[in-house]
Amino acid sequence: MTAFPAADQLAAGIFVICLLTMGIGALIAVLSIRIIHSVCGLAITCVGLAGLYYFLHSPFLALMEILIYVGAVCVTIVFAIMLSEPDEPAKAEPRAAALAWSGVAVVIAAAIFWGLCHLGTRGNWPRPARTGDGSIAEIGKALLTNYSMAFELISLALLVAILGALAVARTGRTRP
Amino acid sequence: MEIGEPLRLVLFLVGILSFVGLNAAYLVWVERKGAGRFQRRPGPTEVGYAGLLQPIADAIKLLSKQLIVPAGVDRTLFRAAPLLMMAPAMMSLVVIPWSESLAARNINVGLLMIFAFGSINVMAIMLGGWSSRNKYAIISAARVVSQNVAYEIPMLLVVITMIMITGTMNLNEIVRQQAGSLFHWNVFRVWVNPLMPVTFLIFFICMLAETNRAPFDMAEAESELVAGAYTEYSGMGFGVFFMAEYANILLGCALGTVLFLGGWQSPIGVWPGVFWFLLKMYLLVFTVVWIRWTFPRTQFYGLLNLSWKILIPVSLFTLILSGAMMKLF
Repeated sequence: MTAFPAADQLAAGIFVICLLTMGIGALIAVLSIRIIHSVCGLAITCVGLAGLYYFLHSPFLALMEILIYVGAVCVTIVFAIMLSEPDEPAKAEPRAAALAWSGVAVVIAAAIFWGLCHLGTRGNWPRPARTGDGSIAEIGKALLTNYSMAFELISLALLVAILGALAVARTGRTRP
Repeated sequence: MEIGEPLRLVLFLVGILSFVGLNAAYLVWVERKGAGRFQRRPGPTEVGYAGLLQPIADAIKLLSKQLIVPAGVDRTLFRAAPLLMMAPAMMSLVVIPWSESLAARNINVGLLMIFAFGSINVMAIMLGGWSSRNKYAIISAARVVSQNVAYEIPMLLVVITMIMITGTMNLNEIVRQQAGSLFHWNVFRVWVNPLMPVTFLIFFICMLAETNRAPFDMAEAESELVAGAYTEYSGMGFGVFFMAEYANILLGCALGTVLFLGGWQSPIGVWPGVFWFLLKMYLLVFTVVWIRWTFPRTQFYGLLNLSWKILIPVSLFTLILSGAMMKLF
């Protein structure tokens, strides 16, 4: 690389900053009472994630992360909250039940985390082939040829999200 | 190159910060002077020659005022919103190529970067409006979102057209392709796409709307919503919102210059340089001021109708047309 002084330390520092941003954002998203703070936490997490993508040499993905998740998804969520939030803190759950549920959630989360870590470090992952030079022409070709299946599956995820939103919204409504 | 690169980055950092600050201050002067002249009055004259020291006096006044955080607002978000508005504009200025060799960072996805960070602006105004806990602020924030979402679509369609034509998102490369005379600028390349001037017009209108300038001024809306999303802000909090507005105008005009008006390329084919860039950019900035003081503010419905019924269909059509032209010729 270039002869930038202390490049390794700087890179490590930036990596740690990205990780901290993600962690703090996630904690804000989960722990805050007001839902709008949670969305801000989500946005912070997305910015940190974008930093990690940039760190992994994929600036296109990093900027897409900001453009779509911060610029579109979070804005939509905030907009929806602004129009609908009842503006009062949520009802406190009974203490014992809340503790029990959070215990279950912690166990499940820890299990998933451990499983993913195990998979990530022990699994025999093939190194992804670096295709092209990262220009838009290359990305476009890759998305519409080799990775078109993944590309289409993502749109399926959106469909599922819409169906889920409809299902959730319908249950609260009674027939007139 | 041992010490050169960090020094260069620090110089660019200081340069961009001071450029934004200076421009924000003096564009206010241009705005007030222009408004005065358009309305047949002299504008600021008292402080300094032709009121030239007025921005400095204003800045001192704003800095010395108390930063009031009203009771009942959401404190963290209220304080964070002006910064969130200012930071993305400054970030985006990093990739603008001021001249052939004068660009802080020449990255391959520069255009995408500007739009990625530009999309954070909406969030900032919305959070500012929401956290103020004020009727006017919330109404204004809700309007700003629907306006920005509506105008982001034709803006991005236009940009996609430009990316298809240029084949790159590297701003330096886009300018380099427009070398030569006036007729090599993207706005006049009618053989690539006969609707190129229309594309530029759509870009300019969307830029006005995205920076919340009159006639699309829904964020501040002084005439009906007190000061819109900024109602509860005082002192430098308000000042930062205004600096951010001017920074965004600068960014939009710089982007228009790069994409359509040939960046640092000269119109006669000789002596390309940074002064051409600044000349074109400030002409666009002046047009923005000119439009603000010439047209009355549109109604909200008119604004949304303009976007959804005219700009989006036309920009979709130009997108398809330029795709077809590229395949046919």
